[in-house]
Amino acid sequence: MIENKKNNNSFSFTKENLLLAERELKKYPKGREGSAIISILWIAQRQNKGWLSSDIIDYIAKFLDLPQIRVMEIATFYTMFNLNPVGAHHFQICGTTPCMLSGSEKLKSLLREEIGEQNSVSKDNLSWVEVECLGACCNAPVIQINDDYYEDLAVTDLKNIIDDLRSKKEIKPGSYKDRLSSAPDNKNIKILTEDEIEEIAKNRTKPGLEGKNA
Amino acid sequence: MSKKILINGKEHEFEENLTLIQALELTDIEVPRFCYHDKLSIAGNCRMCLVEVKGAPKPVASCHFSLSDLRPGPNGELPEVLTNTDQVHNARKGAMEFLLVNHPLDCPICDQGGECDLQDQALHYGINKSRYKENKRAVDNKNIGPLVKTTMTRCIHCTRCVRFTSEVAGTEELGAIHRGENMEITTYLEKGMSSELQGNIIDLCPVGALTSKPYEYHARPWELRKTESIDVMDGIGSNIRIDSKGSEVMRIMPRYNEDINEEWISDKTRFVWDGLKTQRIDTPYIRENGKLIAVSWDRALTLLTKLIKKTDPGRIGAIAGDMVSAEEMFLMKKLMEKIGSNKYDCRQDGSILGNQYGRSSYIFNPTIAGIENADAIVIIGSNPRMESPVLNARIRKRWLTGNLSVYVIGQEHDLTYNYTHIGDSPKSIDLKNIPLNDFKNIIWLLGDDVFLRDDGTDILSQVIDCAEKTGSIREDWNGVAVLHKYASRVAGLDLDFLPQDEKYNAQKMASSSEIELLFLLDADEVDAKNKYTVYIGSHGDRGATDADIVLPGACYTEKNGLYMNTEGRLQATNRAVFPPGDARDNWKIIVEISKRIRKSLNYINFEDVRAGLRKEYPIFTNINHIEKDNFQSLDRLSDKKKKLNSDVFSNTITDYYLTNSIARSSKVMGECSMQKNSIEIKNG
Repeated sequence: MIENKKNNNSFSFTKENLLLAERELKKYPKGREGSAIISILWIAQRQNKGWLSSDIIDYIAKFLDLPQIRVMEIATFYTMFNLNPVGAHHFQICGTTPCMLSGSEKLKSLLREEIGEQNSVSKDNLSWVEVECLGACCNAPVIQINDDYYEDLAVTDLKNIIDDLRSKKEIKPGSYKDRLSSAPDNKNIKILTEDEIEEIAKNRTKPGLEGKNA
Repeated sequence: MSKKILINGKEHEFEENLTLIQALELTDIEVPRFCYHDKLSIAGNCRMCLVEVKGAPKPVASCHFSLSDLRPGPNGELPEVLTNTDQVHNARKGAMEFLLVNHPLDCPICDQGGECDLQDQALHYGINKSRYKENKRAVDNKNIGPLVKTTMTRCIHCTRCVRFTSEVAGTEELGAIHRGENMEITTYLEKGMSSELQGNIIDLCPVGALTSKPYEYHARPWELRKTESIDVMDGIGSNIRIDSKGSEVMRIMPRYNEDINEEWISDKTRFVWDGLKTQRIDTPYIRENGKLIAVSWDRALTLLTKLIKKTDPGRIGAIAGDMVSAEEMFLMKKLMEKIGSNKYDCRQDGSILGNQYGRSSYIFNPTIAGIENADAIVIIGSNPRMESPVLNARIRKRWLTGNLSVYVIGQEHDLTYNYTHIGDSPKSIDLKNIPLNDFKNIIWLLGDDVFLRDDGTDILSQVIDCAEKTGSIREDWNGVAVLHKYASRVAGLDLDFLPQDEKYNAQKMASSSEIELLFLLDADEVDAKNKYTVYIGSHGDRGATDADIVLPGACYTEKNGLYMNTEGRLQATNRAVFPPGDARDNWKIIVEISKRIRKSLNYINFEDVRAGLRKEYPIFTNINHIEKDNFQSLDRLSDKKKKLNSDVFSNTITDYYLTNSIARSSKVMGECSMQKNSIEIKNG
């Protein structure tokens, strides 16, 4: 059975979202409006606090003149669409190799302790799910909370984030190792003088690592 | 453009627009496949049809590799395709191993066992043990209605069923949700399927994921005796194969005939077989003190002889039903002539369609395959989706290829393709209303129900008029098409099984007291009052319940018989099983009656009957042949002053699944009807 729950009240786009959706429709030729389905589902999901109910599937099927099953296929195919309610802060933790090697397993067990099992919403309106690569491997381990990435997380960092969220404090997106995006962190940075650069260049006969030992 | 290629070292020449698998098939090279099907779009997801193309870095899937993409070698050598190398074999073996990773080893309890593509191909490409040590995935079964049983763990995700429902059947109900290892085939929220062609996904499924629910655990394919026959549930005479075991019909499968049903059959055709076993009349009955009691043949026939002798020949009538064969109608007509009555009719629904205007006025002239050459179709007073789902699928097939305009005059229904609604009543049949200027091959599709109206002939006349004006009646194209709902109607009209006087048409004979003795030859849709009725037929349905003498006959799987389909194409049924109990072939019953009344028809065996029929009506000679004809007295018909009234067209099929006595006896058809009605109630 498809775990797609019903919303209590029926769904329809708000005025602003209707405008957005219609703008998406215009990107496709006439008769092919169904191609806008991903954008439309995304707009609907944002309007409905991060998840798609079966009412929304019905509504969008009608909106795009598609059979419901076609909408369902898309909504279940992409992990960015949630078919179950999520918390106000939805943690998507990357569990793929680089993050796992950098300690995402520990983060996961913390999330399990603090929030509960995956795909369930805690009493303080938090939820989490393990996802595949978020594409920020150089900042592993990474967690996406709603729209932002939180990178280079240690267990204590995550604990602080959760505590801050619970006490309704602002949290800081980006690296928790004080890095500028994925640049090396401060203690490993060495600034070369011009002479040193020239020295290195002189010793290199071949490009790359091979030239280093020549 | 044709193109020369080398296949396994031999030079061949093909049209460039073929795919590799089609070319290989033309050279009789068998390519294993699961997802590819020549009537469906190409998916290319099973990877079983891999072949080696010289110069390509890896094996290519031959089902979606176009011949035009083959490149010559560096020195201008012909492009070369290899299908029997080790690389090809290993690649297919690898694909097969992946397919088998999650496939359960439950062949002994699987209904597909013995006719399973996966089983057959595993024989050639399977490895004898599994290297997969992890847990196999299990998938919940889906309840998608009373016809198709699902065992989704067996599914290999070829998506043939998904493509069939969205392309051929035109009801986009099945889909594949989730992805990767979690992919599942299902309907939206496990709703039941509503298509009238859904049974075909059972044939399409290359594994045992979709199997027939009514046939579940009934028989193994190698135990079944296969009889090639034709279907009588609707007017197009789909080609079927009747699979029987002992004295029982176990299932009905489609038989490939490009001209009629391609390889699809409707659900009523496929699943009606359980109705062949229930409500059967297996012994003669006579009515005594208001109750039907079982008697011997002798007693029933003696009583009947007495009745015939007692009755004035002019007060004896006969009505033939919708599923009787040409031979039976021929004999019945002979019998009535011997008795001295000319009151017989094959149109029990009260149709006024006669044969006085020539054969072309009552057949589907453009032919079913001809639909694919049409560029406009005007549907008048018909719902082809209910009256003949397979023909409707053909229209949809044509519509999908583009540049087809469909106009509907009559009730609006979901026909699975887009159309322009012109009007509700015959008044709208006017060239002023229908924009037909730019079309060459126009089909004017007239439903059976048109002829239930008083102005039926006028509508026909008006349509022929319009057809002539738009140039749709030419040497090479005759666009007037009558879509019959009933299997025996065209043969009846060919045989002139019609009353001399419209005063004695079926409905009037049934209700008037002028007729004292009425033969009902498998006729269940008339309501005979105030007379003796003799029912000759197979099922204890409406006709038998009210009859005074019931003579048990054979139904279409139990007899040899000739049928004309709606195109006027002659086809024959073949006996798969014998009628139950004391039931006899209908022709034997009629001949026996003739002997009893000492006006013997002098037919000894069935070949005699058929030869007699062919002698008098040579049209019944060439099987699978359509006798072309013109509109006779066309002038008279089109000059006739037309009185088209403005009553809206109505469709008489209220329940697709219950249109005849066999279907009404079928439990499966009953369930389908119930499901359909409940869907309709839910949707308001």
